[in-house]
Amino acid sequence: MKKLLMTSALLLAANAAAQEGHHGTGTPDHVMDHDSLLTFLNIDQLEVREDDSQAFNGDLWFGGDRDKLWLKGTLEREEGETENAELQVLYSRAVAPYWDLQMGLRHDFKLENGPSKNWGVIGLQGLAPYFFEVDSALFVGEDGDIGFSVGAEYELLFTQRLILSPEIELDFYGQNDRENELGTGLSDMEAGLRLRYEFTRQFAPYIGVHRERKFGRAADFAREDGHETRETTWVIGLKAWF
Amino acid sequence: MNKKHKSSIALPQMSRRTFVTGMAAGAALLGATGSRALSSDHRPATSPQTLRGNNFDLNIGYTSVNFTGRSRTATTVNGSLPAPVLRWREGQRVTLNVNNSLAHDSSIHWHGIILPTGQDGVPGLSFNGIRPGETFQYQFDLNQSGTYWYHSHSGFQEQTGVYGAIVIDPAGPDPVEYDRDYVVLLSDWSDTAPDAVYGKLKNESHYYNFRRRTVGDLWSDIREKGVRRTFREREMWNEMRMSDTDISDVTGYTYTYLMNGQTPDANWTALFKRGEKVRLRFINAAAMSIFDVRIPGLKMKVVATDGQNIEPVSVDEFRIGVAETYDVVVEPEADTAYTLFAQTIDRSGFARGTLTPELGLSAAVPAMDYAPVLGHRDMGMAHDMGGMDHGGMGGMDHSKMDHGQHQMGGMDHSQHGGMDHSKMDHSQHQMGGMDHSQHGGMDHSKMDHSQHQMSGMDHSQHGGMAQGASGQYSLHGGRPELGGMQGAWFTEKLGRAGFGSNSPIVHLPSEYRYTVDMRAEQPMNGLRDPGIGLRDHMQRYGRRVLNYGDIRNLTPTIDKREPTRELQLHLTGNMERYVWGMDGIKFMEAEPLMLKYGERIRITLVNDTMMTHPIHLHGMWSELETEEPDYIPRKHTILVQPGSKISYLVTADAYGRWAYHCHLLYHMPGMFREVRVV
Repeated sequence: MKKLLMTSALLLAANAAAQEGHHGTGTPDHVMDHDSLLTFLNIDQLEVREDDSQAFNGDLWFGGDRDKLWLKGTLEREEGETENAELQVLYSRAVAPYWDLQMGLRHDFKLENGPSKNWGVIGLQGLAPYFFEVDSALFVGEDGDIGFSVGAEYELLFTQRLILSPEIELDFYGQNDRENELGTGLSDMEAGLRLRYEFTRQFAPYIGVHRERKFGRAADFAREDGHETRETTWVIGLKAWF
Repeated sequence: MNKKHKSSIALPQMSRRTFVTGMAAGAALLGATGSRALSSDHRPATSPQTLRGNNFDLNIGYTSVNFTGRSRTATTVNGSLPAPVLRWREGQRVTLNVNNSLAHDSSIHWHGIILPTGQDGVPGLSFNGIRPGETFQYQFDLNQSGTYWYHSHSGFQEQTGVYGAIVIDPAGPDPVEYDRDYVVLLSDWSDTAPDAVYGKLKNESHYYNFRRRTVGDLWSDIREKGVRRTFREREMWNEMRMSDTDISDVTGYTYTYLMNGQTPDANWTALFKRGEKVRLRFINAAAMSIFDVRIPGLKMKVVATDGQNIEPVSVDEFRIGVAETYDVVVEPEADTAYTLFAQTIDRSGFARGTLTPELGLSAAVPAMDYAPVLGHRDMGMAHDMGGMDHGGMGGMDHSKMDHGQHQMGGMDHSQHGGMDHSKMDHSQHQMGGMDHSQHGGMDHSKMDHSQHQMSGMDHSQHGGMAQGASGQYSLHGGRPELGGMQGAWFTEKLGRAGFGSNSPIVHLPSEYRYTVDMRAEQPMNGLRDPGIGLRDHMQRYGRRVLNYGDIRNLTPTIDKREPTRELQLHLTGNMERYVWGMDGIKFMEAEPLMLKYGERIRITLVNDTMMTHPIHLHGMWSELETEEPDYIPRKHTILVQPGSKISYLVTADAYGRWAYHCHLLYHMPGMFREVRVV
């Protein structure tokens, strides 16, 4: 897995070098001669949920127009305990006008109820027709496990600043994972409806509703453990970027 | 200020600053520059200082300014924003010692001046730039006269104030009669640092667009047209993932628009005496803002553009692209004040000044016009995009919408603004009061859209357009020995000099990349298009709007040779990613574009984006093909309308390395080429 990470880092470096351009060597620095390498931290969701739980969802990207290093993080806490913490480190390359191909590593952090786990990731992220923001990825675990996730988000503008954003994410697995309550086929769904007000583009508090549901074997595992298979909570949070 | 917008689209997010712009700004600048003393009636308090002679010492440094109520640091020349007016005389040699007091490299480019490449001031191409603390001496001969300007060509310093006017008085008598003249330099100021503005656009390209479609717009469309038709009309935009209100990348949300460095409230003021001929030298020195200029109550006689004298044209309004200049003569006949009104192309703000017989007088400031919405013609009828189902667009009368596409030359496209209102798409709805008889003899209404696609365009309407099979181009245009950039070069069946291109539209493979989100398949000729938002101003307001087809050079064309080859260069972009290029290639990826010294070529620019791009070629004139071969106007910057094409001739009469680029500052990192004449 470290190999994968190394590979993505190398790829990024190689690409950066390849983008040096035809005017670079020996001539003075020309402002238009190189990609401006930018870094942005996007906090998509930083929220408190009804049942005394908190969640963070966001990413950080660094790079130029075509090649980027992309970090994606998710953190969920419930009653003071971390329920879920994962980080993806991805090399992202623009492959089509609206699509980025992303490859790299995902690390699920060690939590109370389970071991840590590494996954290889290959994903496609972009903007689908009708303005759906789509993020999909195939995960291959170090133990051979397979997972697939697809998410889509939409924006409805009530005004230029009051924006309703429905979203949905579906997780599929190729195998059962009793410990983590994951089942073959469609395992989990998360859906949300968040209404934000953009005081600025970069600072937008929101309220919303968040729903989680388990299906099939995953639902069975949850029931066996005495956990809910469906959960709907109110949320209040912040979307921001820097 | 209570503004009544005619548009049904409200502009609720109009920046407060646009209207309540800092009253203190003028005063702050006064202190900062020390050059605004009331020296004479002719130069009221708010004009930038004018420097005359042949030797100039210019210092690029930092100056504190306040345009919005907040203090910011500008980069300025001699402490002045805009920089001092440089008044030269044709035939003289000027020497300019430019000292750089900034912490970064800097440079000055003399925009529109024909000079040796080493004097052109583009770091990396003409010289090494001016290092901090160093002085560079420019020296060149002036073989031209007219209105020009100068600005930094380093980083984004243009945005923060390094720009000023150049006026070159002719060696002989001036063909333009005037009693007094004023420079009217338009620009845009943001309190946000330009690098940050650029970054915001990269992370969220619609950052500054506060006119995006809302649920309310959707609801009123559905009420008006029904679900089915609304869905169909929106289909293309949805498929293409584009916004029809994406007119300006950076808007009045962050910009305060300036006239000679004054906010609208500070109200730059110029004096006249009744009966005088006043020559106004408009210069668009903005970073990102295209302006529509008018003076309510006064006809403007356009006498020059880009420094070159033209056959006078009387208009009520003209669009000035970034980096263009227009000289107009007005003759106020009343002892009243007039407002110089320059609204931005997206109507998100305006610059304003006053022409008055008496200090202290001012005239009403008009409301801004409706905000334009992009239509199909602005996309060059991109048939291949996103698997559009054309059959499903039955609700729209495509045959009529296409109308403009079928008349490549000689027709005033401004007449085409509205057409069939009942069937028009959203964008065209705002255009009222059309006289349908304008379309006489061009009734395509029976032509259905599917036939259109199969047969291509009706070539008989093209006015002698010789169609070669598409793809009859070569990558080096018969000059492979020059090396350099590959492009779509045509060498055969070229249209006659002055009449524009006959060549088919070709999209190179490099346009099928992540850098390109749209390709104009059937771009119309932009020559007679006054541009988005102006096309119906005659019908709506009775205003005569200038278009490029109106421009006729005052003196005969110098180089009357036919072009020997033609480069078709496509302006490309990806708005979502905020990436710009030519032929889908960014500057840093591109080889130089090679020209042979002495040759005369045609460049046809095809705009594969929905934005209006001002394209500037350094070192050589861009001779706009206006279908008047004997009086071809010479320009240095040419506006290319969205989804349209335009052609001009270039005589490669200047050796060396030259910049060739879109003058919208944040497009420059990609939409830029080196032109090398060997």
